Amino acid sequence: MGYLIQILAMTLAGLTALVLLFTLYMALTSPIPFLYNIRSVFVRWRATLATIAGIALVVGVYVSVQAMAVGLEKSSQNTGDPRNVMIVRKGSTAESSSQVTREQFKFINYLPQIARDDKGQPLISADVVVLLSLPRKENGGEANVLLRGVSPIGMNLRPQVALVEGRWFTPGRREVVVSRRLAARFANFAVGDKFKTGGKELTVSGVMDGANTAFDSEIWMDADESRALFDRENYSSVLLRVDDPAAGKVLIDRIESDKRLPLRALPEVDYYNSQTKTAGPIKFIGYFLAMAMSVGAIFAAMNTMYASVGARTREIGTLRVLGYRRLPILASFLIEGAFLSFAGGVLGCLLSFVMHGYSIGTMSLQSYSETVFQFRITPGLVAQGLIFSVIVGIWGSLLPAIRAARLPVIVALKSL
Amino acid sequence: MAEANIVTVRKLSKIYRQGDINVTALNQISLDIKTGEILTLMGPSGSGKTTLLHIIAGIDRPTSGECRVQDIDVTRLNESQLADWRNQNVGFVFQTFNLIPVLTAYENVELPLLLTRLGRKQRRHQVNTALELVGLGDRSHHLPRQLSGGQEQRVAIARALVTSPSLVVADEPTGNLDSHSAQEVLSILQSLSQSAGKTVIMVTHDPKAAAFGSRSIHLEKGELTN
Ligand SMILES: Nc1ncnc2c1ncn2[C@@H]1O[C@H](COP(=O)(O)OP(=O)(O)O)[C@@H](O)[C@H]1O
Ligand SMILES: [Mg+2]
Repeated sequence: MGYLIQILAMTLAGLTALVLLFTLYMALTSPIPFLYNIRSVFVRWRATLATIAGIALVVGVYVSVQAMAVGLEKSSQNTGDPRNVMIVRKGSTAESSSQVTREQFKFINYLPQIARDDKGQPLISADVVVLLSLPRKENGGEANVLLRGVSPIGMNLRPQVALVEGRWFTPGRREVVVSRRLAARFANFAVGDKFKTGGKELTVSGVMDGANTAFDSEIWMDADESRALFDRENYSSVLLRVDDPAAGKVLIDRIESDKRLPLRALPEVDYYNSQTKTAGPIKFIGYFLAMAMSVGAIFAAMNTMYASVGARTREIGTLRVLGYRRLPILASFLIEGAFLSFAGGVLGCLLSFVMHGYSIGTMSLQSYSETVFQFRITPGLVAQGLIFSVIVGIWGSLLPAIRAARLPVIVALKSL
Repeated sequence: MAEANIVTVRKLSKIYRQGDINVTALNQISLDIKTGEILTLMGPSGSGKTTLLHIIAGIDRPTSGECRVQDIDVTRLNESQLADWRNQNVGFVFQTFNLIPVLTAYENVELPLLLTRLGRKQRRHQVNTALELVGLGDRSHHLPRQLSGGQEQRVAIARALVTSPSLVVADEPTGNLDSHSAQEVLSILQSLSQSAGKTVIMVTHDPKAAAFGSRSIHLEKGELTN
């Protein structure tokens, strides 16, 4: 069954490529001027505009949804620092489900590959990650928020994060700094606000900006204070800096090969690159919507092109009389359909640009907490949208174009 | 004198089948058309004039018989050959003008030339010459709807001439025109034959139009009556 679908999909893709190449070749060599098609498209502008709008909608939806997936991936990929190594429990895919014991941390602390700061302090930090269920600003619902207990060195290891309002938390106090993006979405996240979780009260001392990284979806507080407050014996993860990639490799091999350490060490960049599981379903929704809607768009284009062929039957007959063969006629209508759809594609991409940079939050399928990211429209996505629109146009105009090409000269000429 | 007759029609028949009924549009027609003459085809509606014209011009095919134009049996050419042959040898003028509405006069006239190997400059020269010949050198950038009926038909004649075909066929070219415009169109067709040596075959209802021709033949129920 799956095999059959695969063969079908391959055949369809092959045919599409073939028709696309044919159209492209004819577009470059056909004697029928392209201007003729462009002007003809706008003669019946009402029907044309409706079709263009329909295709724009499909392309717009597709590009926007994919822009979400790209934004999610980008925010994750922005996060890692190439000089950092991340350590989590073996088998856990996210910090929130990971544990590193204090003994393990002590052992790691003495590894010689760890870089040191000017004062000779090793650049290593053990973090605690806790999920808090907190009320949203609107509609009163609750969602999980990722709280990170972080040490001063842990903050140095993440230089992307900057304070934008208030002040950093004071060690030993029940204070948090929330990300600006989360502050926009959750209740009591303004500087000076207090909120309760599990019977404990926390005060917001400041607001930070994560520069479009995963830290935009976190709230931070003092590491030791958070362990005491949430009664955590162990840490969640360890982040450290190495002097160079070679040292990093030695350190990673050292940890990975030690059978007594059930830990997984990997470059921080790799860790965050793998935190894109949530993008999968979003992409799938994008493909699915595009597929479903493209059927409608193809029929809309087909309808318009059939009407166009019908209205221009005598023109077709005239061209044939003047010496134009069947193939250029066929190509001319394919080109026209492709152009019509391409116009829709361009409009769809322009529409989707309205979403570009717009922040959106969703529950991460990795950390199970609110993840905030931005719609990111890339040149690649625009190209996909435009190619998609051309394919819709070509499939939609294939049958009408065949009808036009098959018309006998005499019949075409005698039509009104 | 092989040159004398440009068109030789022998025992040409065209029978349309409509269900059980056969409609004989042309019945065993034989006809010679001399190079350079203006032949007018007359006859009542439904007598087969258009059918005969279409077969000679390589637009339609006969049921039986032979039709040679400049020693080429057009009934034997396949579709693509016929398309190329029409492009190079025949100019068409229709009763309904049949200009492409979204193209300017210039672009309409250029259409047949786009199928040739001519470069842009050469094409421009030929298009402008053809438009000037029909007196529309100053209207080349007008769309058909910005022209009068008579002007549209003159553009159509320019389009028919632009490839310098030896044969020009016209199916009731003045049928949709007022008498003044008709007069203009007819004198252009006449001058084609007289000064350019082209052969013109024209279907017409109008006896005044027939007077412009050098010879007139009559069709009735698919047969020649003279
Ligand atoms: N496609 C067709 N199918 C059936 N009959 C046709 C067709 N075309 C023409 N005829 C018939 O052939 C005859 C000749 O038609 P035509 O050549 O158009 O006449 P004319 O041009 O002299 O008015 C008419 O009786 C017409 O009804
Ligand atoms: Mg007729």
